[in-house]
Amino acid sequence: MITITAIRKNHTLMFDDFLVRAALAGVGVAVATGPLGAFVVWRRMAYFGDATSHAAILGVALALALSLPIGLGTMFVALAMALTVSALAAKGWAVDTTLGVLAHSALAFGLVAISFVPGARLDMSGLLFGDILAVSTRDIAFVWAGAATIAALLFWRWQALLTATLSEDLAQASGLDPNRERLVLTIALAITVAVALKIIGALLISAMLIIPAATARSLSRSPEAMALLAVLIGAGSVLGGLHLSLSFDTPAGPSIIALAAVAFTASVGASRFKRH
Amino acid sequence: MSLISAQDITVRFGRTDILTGVTLAVERGEIVTVVGPNGSGKSTLLRALLGIQPVAHGHVTRDPALRIGYVPQRLHIDRTMPITARRFLSLPKRCTDAQAGEVLTRCGVAEVETRQLSDLSGGQLQRVLLARALLNRPEILVLDEPTQGLDQQGEAAFYQLIADVRRDSGAAVLLVSHDLHVVMAASDRVICLNGHVCCEGAPDVVRDAPEYRALFGFGTQGALALYRHDHDHNHGPGAAHEHGPGCGHSHDHDYGDQKEPHSHVR
Repeated sequence: MITITAIRKNHTLMFDDFLVRAALAGVGVAVATGPLGAFVVWRRMAYFGDATSHAAILGVALALALSLPIGLGTMFVALAMALTVSALAAKGWAVDTTLGVLAHSALAFGLVAISFVPGARLDMSGLLFGDILAVSTRDIAFVWAGAATIAALLFWRWQALLTATLSEDLAQASGLDPNRERLVLTIALAITVAVALKIIGALLISAMLIIPAATARSLSRSPEAMALLAVLIGAGSVLGGLHLSLSFDTPAGPSIIALAAVAFTASVGASRFKRH
Repeated sequence: MSLISAQDITVRFGRTDILTGVTLAVERGEIVTVVGPNGSGKSTLLRALLGIQPVAHGHVTRDPALRIGYVPQRLHIDRTMPITARRFLSLPKRCTDAQAGEVLTRCGVAEVETRQLSDLSGGQLQRVLLARALLNRPEILVLDEPTQGLDQQGEAAFYQLIADVRRDSGAAVLLVSHDLHVVMAASDRVICLNGHVCCEGAPDVVRDAPEYRALFGFGTQGALALYRHDHDHNHGPGAAHEHGPGCGHSHDHDYGDQKEPHSHVR
């Protein structure tokens, strides 16, 4: 919050407004990606996040072509991709290779499809890296609605999700259905992608999922602590990244991720130091 | 009614039948041991009974409300999740600190309560898994080679603990094991499995069954000899070989009465 106050002193009211909006939207994204990112790390679903978020670009093309709301198009295609990946993984396909193929082809097809939509070419970098400095009040409402849905979903299924993540066999023997829990995470991932696409872009959503959670890992002793810490680290990266972007005129999305990556390196160093 | 039963089940992996026409039921309060060579489908049978492994043919009947305490053959704990043994015991149903402390003490691992699961040794993890299985008053314990990673003494204590749990709570026990000479005697019933049920019955009946002998061949002669040696001679401590004073190694006689073939008729 110090950064925002500092910025307030130095800039005009207009500046202030868009920065506050950017901060609110970015923190909303961090609330969604923190706990979900923890599951992505625990379940080794990093590529899964890639495939789903890259597919979202195809969703944008679809929405533009059919004049549907962008959020709806991205949510639909992201969900379809996430379910496909989930089904292929359950069938025992080589997950790593399959996901690599799907993730990159979704990106390529999405970008090709976008180029057919008139007037959309200009937005390419916004799609890939987000446009956090241009969010509207409506975008903020969309992000927070999505974040609240994900938080509620994960909170409701928390015990079952943790059990199924540790061992599907133990979950099953306890009367839980691991497939249902996997579906919960798949849906949460699709919602996250849909709400985060405009803010941080298709290429950086995975980074927001993985890096804050991985940073929190070495500093936590319980799954709950890791999930909450991931939110804090994500939110801190958003605020700090915006500040960096303003100070050095760097692109906002990449600045946020760069800061998160620095935090990750520091956390690894800190835990090494603690151990010795 | 049986706690869990399988009616003529077949389990297929791809085109290979792992289990064919297996029929089996576990009744309230009994200890059933499944023995068989590697690849005979022992773990698969347990997984099918628990509903983890789908069956290609036949039925598995299990009360959905049945309280099951399951100890899998091995649990890979990924280092990416920070979780203490205490927190693990509260999954999926939360237990109180008192319950957690009691059950860990009973399993001989009270000291690991606040340790990270991924830092435990194989034997400690196995005991924590058993502790978790004992929570929530299970009606049946399903144990898949549960003594892996335990030393001889730990193994003896483990079987003693399971026998105590059965005696105190009346829980049934379904056990997969390759420790033939130790396990068979503690069981009410032994099922000899090799893709199908080869033979089944009281431990001494199975021991003498030709199918059992055919299946285990020479490899079991040693185990059987040991088994007979233990019971037919009934010697006192130190009779067979010399022990120095204070010799601390685990000895079969420590739990000898449990190993008597008919000790279950208590």
